[in-house]
Amino acid sequence: MTTLHSVEMTINGKTYRVNIEARTTLADFIRHSCGLTGTHVGCEHGVCGACTLQVDGRAVRSCTMYAVQADGASVTTVEGLAREDGELHPVQQAFSDCNGLQCGFCTPGMQMTIASYLEENPNPSEADIRELISGNICRCTGYQGIVRAALLAAEKMREAR
Amino acid sequence: MGVRNLGAAVHRIEDGRFITGKGKYVDDIRLPGTLSAAFLRSSEAHARITALDLSAARNIPGVVAAFSLRDFGPQAMQRMVQAYPNPAIKTDITPYPLALDEVCYVGEPIAIVIAENRYLAEDGVQAIVLELESLPCVIDAREALKPGAPKVQLAFESNLSATLNWKFGDIDKAFTDADHVFSEEYFQHRGSPHFMECRGVLAQSDLVSDRLTLWSSTQSPFLVRRYLAVYLGRDESSIRVVAPDVGGGFGPKAVHYAEELVVAMAAERLGRPVKWIEDRRENFVSTNQQRDQWWQVSVACKADGRILGIRAQCIHDNGAYVPYGLLLPNTSVVPFPGPYAIAAVDIQLHSALTNAVPTTPIRGAGRPNATFVMERTADTVARELGLDRAEVRRLNFIRKEQFPYETGAKLPSGVTVQYDSGDYHQTLDMALTASQKDTFESRRQEAAKRGKWRGLGIASYNEDSGLPPYEGATVKVLPNGRVVVEVGSCAQGQGLETIVAQIAADYFGLQTHDVLVRTGDTDLSAIALSTVGSRVAATVGPSVHLAAQQVKEKAIRLAARDFEASENDLEMIDGRVCIKGVPGKSVGLGDLSRRLIANVNLPVPEGFSPGLEATAYHTTSRPVYANGSNVCEVEVDIDTGEVHLLDYWVAHDCGTIINPRLVDGQIIGGVVHGIGNALFEHMKYDRETGQPLCNNLGEYLLPLATEMPQIHLQHMESPTPVNPLGIKGAGEGGTIPGIACVISAIEDALKPLGVKINEYPLSPERLLELIDERRYHKAS
Repeated sequence: MTTLHSVEMTINGKTYRVNIEARTTLADFIRHSCGLTGTHVGCEHGVCGACTLQVDGRAVRSCTMYAVQADGASVTTVEGLAREDGELHPVQQAFSDCNGLQCGFCTPGMQMTIASYLEENPNPSEADIRELISGNICRCTGYQGIVRAALLAAEKMREAR
Repeated sequence: MGVRNLGAAVHRIEDGRFITGKGKYVDDIRLPGTLSAAFLRSSEAHARITALDLSAARNIPGVVAAFSLRDFGPQAMQRMVQAYPNPAIKTDITPYPLALDEVCYVGEPIAIVIAENRYLAEDGVQAIVLELESLPCVIDAREALKPGAPKVQLAFESNLSATLNWKFGDIDKAFTDADHVFSEEYFQHRGSPHFMECRGVLAQSDLVSDRLTLWSSTQSPFLVRRYLAVYLGRDESSIRVVAPDVGGGFGPKAVHYAEELVVAMAAERLGRPVKWIEDRRENFVSTNQQRDQWWQVSVACKADGRILGIRAQCIHDNGAYVPYGLLLPNTSVVPFPGPYAIAAVDIQLHSALTNAVPTTPIRGAGRPNATFVMERTADTVARELGLDRAEVRRLNFIRKEQFPYETGAKLPSGVTVQYDSGDYHQTLDMALTASQKDTFESRRQEAAKRGKWRGLGIASYNEDSGLPPYEGATVKVLPNGRVVVEVGSCAQGQGLETIVAQIAADYFGLQTHDVLVRTGDTDLSAIALSTVGSRVAATVGPSVHLAAQQVKEKAIRLAARDFEASENDLEMIDGRVCIKGVPGKSVGLGDLSRRLIANVNLPVPEGFSPGLEATAYHTTSRPVYANGSNVCEVEVDIDTGEVHLLDYWVAHDCGTIINPRLVDGQIIGGVVHGIGNALFEHMKYDRETGQPLCNNLGEYLLPLATEMPQIHLQHMESPTPVNPLGIKGAGEGGTIPGIACVISAIEDALKPLGVKINEYPLSPERLLELIDERRYHKAS
C-alpha cells in the first residue's frame, strides 16, 4: 500500500514538514501540501516552464521533480520573490512596467527563470533573454513585453549594485 | 485629478496579484473537504461500449465514488444543450456528458472517478474495466462527405452537419464581365488553443441554501449557468457560476463543457466540493479545437486588377459533435468580402462531421481562414497580372468616403452588413511606409548575396468586432465612498478590470486604481453573455460609461439640492462634488451614498430613487468594424526550409483606444498566434485510426521567444458611431491577418523559383517539398 515519506523543506524562509507519497511532484507538494498556489502547472511534462521555481538558487521545473528529491532543500517560489517589506523584486516591477503579462498564468515561472538568470548574468543581450525564456511558453503576450521587462530588470539591478 | 484615464497608458490594476503569485485561478481555490476528480476517456476514435465496470475503481482506498452517466439517474440521461440552435443544422447532435453506448472521438469522457486527491482519482481511472468494440472512423472532412464513408455516429444518416451559403450581388454577371478568372485551392489548418491554464471546474453544492456554485475556467459564466439550469432542471437563481482568474481563453473556454455538468452532479451527489483540473494531455483530446478547411476559390477580375466577384466552396471539419451551433463555420463565410468593395460574392461551406474533438472558435474563429482566402486571392491577382500587391489592394479597397459601406449581405439576424468607419488605404500606407517597402528590393539583393531568399508579405483585413447585443454594467457608490463597478463579463488576460476602471474613474475625478471592479460572477446584477469575438471592450465599455454617467448625475443632483446650488455650478473632483470656484465647499460620494441607503424612518430625499447606483446596458444590433494592414519580412533558407521572421509591422484601427498598453499587448500577442498557425502549430491525427499524433507541447509546437520577430505597431483611431465611446474590438485583429501575411512573405521570397504557397502550417519539410516540386517541374 501507499508508503508515506517525511519531507522537510525550507520554502521562502519557512520550514515545512509533510508526509507525502514518493510520487508527489514538487509542484503538487508546493501547491497542495504547502498551499503556495503562486506556482502554476501548465503542462506536467516539463515543456511549458510555468511551474519554474528555485531550488537552492537554481531554476527548476517543479512538475518533473519529485518532492522527495527536494528533501532538505531551500526553495524560493514567486511568493518569496518580493522583499519581506513588500517591495517588489525588480523583475516583478519590470513585468508590470513593460506589459510582460496578460493572463498571468505563465508569469511566476517566467519571473523565477529570469530572476535566477540575472543573478548569474547581470548584463544580458536581448538574444540571451530570448534564448533563456525559450523554455517558457506564453500564449498571450508574444514575448515582446517579457523580453523588455527582463532587460529593464537587468538594468535596474545593475544600477542597484 | 484632472488627468483623463480613458486613453491613457495606465498600469493594469490586475498586475499586482499576478506578479506576486496571488492570482486565484480555479485550482488555487481551496475549499475545506474538496475532492479531486479524474475522467476515463475513450481511447478509440469510434467504438461501441460493450462493457463498463467501475467496481474496481470504487474499491481503491481513498476513492470516494465513481460514476457513469446512468449512475446519476434518469435526469442525467439526456444530451447536452445546444448552445446556439440554428435551423440550418442538418445533423444537430450534442454529446451526452458521459458517453452511454458509443464513443465518437479519442478523448470523449465515459466515467468520472472522485477521490481524496488527484493521484488516487487517476489510480481509480486505471482500475476501471472498459471494453470497446471498434467501429470504422473518418478523420478527413472531405472523405466524410463521400458516399459510403463511415458514419461518425451510428445513428447519422449523413456526416454533413450543415451547408451555409453566403452570397450577394450578381455573381454570374461578375464572371461574365471578367477579363480574367483565376482559380486556386487552399488547405488551411488551425490547431489547438493552448491557453496556459488548462480548463478546470470546482463545484460546491450548499444543502442549506439549496444552491450550486460552480467556479469554472470559462469565458462565459452566464451561458454556463443557463445550460446547467436546463440540463439539471434547476432554476437559474439556484446556480451561481464564477469565472475567477482565467489563464487564457482564446475562444474554446467560451464553450460549455461536459465536465462542468458532471462535476456539478458529483458535488450534488456527494455533498462535498469536487474539483477537476484538466491536464495538458487531456487538453489535447478534450478541449475544442479548430482544424481543417479545404477551399476552392475562383476570382473574376478586370485586366487592371479590379475584382468583380469571388466564388468559393469550402469543406470545413466540424469534429464529432455540434456543441456550439454554426458559430465557427459562420465566421468563415461572413467576413467576405473583407475590406474590399466587391460587388458579388458566392461562398458555399459544407461543415462535415469527423471522428475528432469538436471544433469551435479559436482567436479570430473563421476570420483568419476567410482573410487568408481573400488575401491570397489579392496576391493571386497581382501575381497573375504582374501587378504590385499593394496596388491591387488599393484599387479594390473600400474608399474612406464610402463609409458607412453596405456590402450587400445580411447577417443571420437580418441586419444588413454595414462597415461603419475607417480608412483602409491609410492603414495600408502606414504599414508599408513603416516597413520601408520602397527600398525592399535592395534588401532582397543583399540577402541573396548571403544565400538567403528574402521576401515581403502584405495582408489587410477588417473584423466584425464588438458583437451584439450587449454586456451590462452596474456602477455603485458604497457607503464608505468607494466606487465599485460590477460587470458580469469576465477576462482571460485582456485587462478588463483596468479598462472598466479607467472608463468609470473619469466620471468621478478618480484614478483608475481607486475604482474597485468585480467581474465574471452570475451573482453580480448585470446580465452578461460571453467574452468572445473581440466584443467586451466595445460592449461593456459603453455600458460602464452609461451607468457611471447616471450615477454621477444623481450625485450632482443630490448635492445641488443640499447646497441649494445649480447643478451647472457643481463639478466632480477626487470623488467629491464641489462647488466651482468655492474652495472647501464640497461633499464626498460616501456622504451622498449614505443619504440614499435604507435608514429606519429616514425617507429617501424626494425625487430620488434608492441607492447611489445604476445599471445600464448599451444595446446594439450591429457589430463594429476594426481594420488594419500587416507587413512582414522573412528570409528563407532553401536548403533547410527554415523561415526566419525578421520584422513585422502592424497598422491597426480599433476605434477609440482605451489604453494603448493593453491594445499593444492584444495586437502583438495576436500576431504571434497567427505566426504559430502559419508556421508551427499542427494538430495531427492518424487518418486510419483517428488517433491524435501529438498530445504534448513537445510535439505540438507553439511559438517561442527565439523565433518571434520584432513587431512594430502603429495605431489609427476611427471611432465607431455605433457606440458612444467609439470603441472597436482589438482582441483578434493581430491574429486575423497574421497567417496570410507570413505566407505572403514566404511566397514572395521564393518568387524567382515560382513557388506558390496555398496552405498552412508550413513546416520546413513541407516548404522543401514545395521548393523541390518546383525545381523538378522547371528541370523537366
